[in-house]
Amino acid sequence: MTDGMFGAKGTGDTSGYGGLVRQAVNFGSSERPYGSYFDEVADDLERAYPEFSEAIERVVVDRGELTLHVKREKLVEVAFILRDKLKFEMCMGVNGVHYPEQTGRELHAVYPLLSLTKNQRIRLEVSVPDGDAHIPSVVEVWAGNNWHERETFDMFGIIFDGHPGLTRILMPDDWEGHPQRKDYSLGGIAVEYKGATTPPPSERRSYK
Amino acid sequence: MTTFDPYAPSRETTEGKVFSVTGGDWDALVQDIGATKEERVVVNMGPQHPSTHGVLRLVLELEGETITEARAGIGYLHTGIEKNMEYRSWTQGTTFVTRMDYLGPLHNETAYCLAVEKLLGITNDIPERASVIRVMMMELNRISSHMVALGTGALELGAISPMFFAFRERETVLEIFEMITGLRMNMAYIRPGGVQQDLPEGALTKIRDSVKLMRKNFKENATLLIGNSIWMKRTQGIGYLDLAGCTTLGITGPVLRSTGLPWDLRKLQPYCGYENYNFDVVTADTCDVYGRFLIRMNELEQSLRIIEQCVDKLEKLEGAPVMVADKKIAWPAQLALGGDGLGNSLDHIRQIMGTSMESLIHHFKLVTEGFHVPAGQAYVAIESPRGELGASIVSDGGTKPYRVHFREPSFNNLQATAAMSEGGMVADIIGAVASIDPVMGGVDR
Repeated sequence: MTDGMFGAKGTGDTSGYGGLVRQAVNFGSSERPYGSYFDEVADDLERAYPEFSEAIERVVVDRGELTLHVKREKLVEVAFILRDKLKFEMCMGVNGVHYPEQTGRELHAVYPLLSLTKNQRIRLEVSVPDGDAHIPSVVEVWAGNNWHERETFDMFGIIFDGHPGLTRILMPDDWEGHPQRKDYSLGGIAVEYKGATTPPPSERRSYK
Repeated sequence: MTTFDPYAPSRETTEGKVFSVTGGDWDALVQDIGATKEERVVVNMGPQHPSTHGVLRLVLELEGETITEARAGIGYLHTGIEKNMEYRSWTQGTTFVTRMDYLGPLHNETAYCLAVEKLLGITNDIPERASVIRVMMMELNRISSHMVALGTGALELGAISPMFFAFRERETVLEIFEMITGLRMNMAYIRPGGVQQDLPEGALTKIRDSVKLMRKNFKENATLLIGNSIWMKRTQGIGYLDLAGCTTLGITGPVLRSTGLPWDLRKLQPYCGYENYNFDVVTADTCDVYGRFLIRMNELEQSLRIIEQCVDKLEKLEGAPVMVADKKIAWPAQLALGGDGLGNSLDHIRQIMGTSMESLIHHFKLVTEGFHVPAGQAYVAIESPRGELGASIVSDGGTKPYRVHFREPSFNNLQATAAMSEGGMVADIIGAVASIDPVMGGVDR
């Protein structure tokens, strides 16, 4: 069996009973030149923000998108500079991603930014440990992130410090758990029809 | 309270007297509220109220008829689509996303598929015919979505006839959808790699005829509202939100364009080949409900222009593929028309069952397991009828999405409710919310 055909490697076992294996996606820092307008953005930010090398952990360019991995302590500072100096006037929200395998940085918050002035997009990413899931709120920078942060809190349990009213937004107020986390089961019950049983989606066989 | 009123029972709470209103006799209610000597009244509007666009709850604090505080409560239509998608293949994902913003299903599908294609690295391999069909379907969808926005918006402000005409026009579009995809909504027609199937015979003729009909009808419908003094008074200067307000709240779409900024992703960050079409970005400079209404009205004509150009292009591209050539991604077969309607292609089944074991394995693997998407994350934004619809997708290299998040314009824009309505009259919040055009399926996902 050729390597790569439908992703089969090694024994080429295609029965599908290998179980669901999910691994962390971890890109190293990208090398300059980044291409497109990304070098310009990085240069402008370095000029406008002397603590750049301290605050920005990694700069990743992948599939034509620039991601700045920001330390959470510096997030609000960086956000203000990006908004006021680099003209990223709009934040298109925040969404969480849960990587249980990335020990010490299980929860990621991703902020897509948009500049109306320069017609550019970049992305900020902040990662925090599961046991200390606190990220400073950027609502004072971009007021429109209010509901987005509430949703990310609701779905992942990330606490946005300084948010004006961090409550659940989609789930009921007394709900337990944060549904989008990987350790939160999808739920569902098996369905029996004419003697055959179909398990719920989270318990069906899945492919590597 | 003097007598028991079955339509407006009341009870004492620590917060004050609470009235439950279910309709019917308002006189008794007004009398009772008057008897409480309270200046401040908190009104819960929704979640089941005909003019809150589905299950939206508005909590309004009133002094007399003036809104002092407005808060929107959402989550009544949360269905966990994003979570569910993590347990299905990439192709099955389209069936989920199409149900998010149910008035713009084709926009949801396109945003999702463009993001998946970006991760796959096949953005430039999508056949031209597929892209043109996508654009045409999206613009038809924009018309049907705007028709609901305009029709229900007018209805909520008390104008009934425009709604009838708007829904008649919407029906024209839905008939085209039904002819092409088999479904009027939630079509799952746009798939990673292309579209589900090619246009059926006679579709282009029908679209040409429909465009002519709609162009004539739109002009007539416009006269129902433009210049109508009641309509103008209910919309002009209402729901004011300027450019600074829009940028800080992340507002996009017609609300942003009503501040005079020609921000349209179709022009500025083109996708699906929008750079090859002639159309204008419609703006207004009034920052109010009327401006947003005019923008939607005039965008109809721009959509018709794009659709006509699509039809011209599609005529030249007759017989060209509508799915990416890579057989490891492309769905194995398109549907075919049989004696009992559209269904499995019998030719394809004959081939995989009778002549080629490899084809059978290939079909089975691709349909049950799906294709692998290289690890990484992508954000693709498109201009939906309501603004920037962004698909944030993370793959871990598997056959299922690791995380899918939709940046829904309705969700974001609904935050402007307070800014648009506080300090105004309670009757005007209806117009303000209607001008945002929120679709609760998209808000709650």
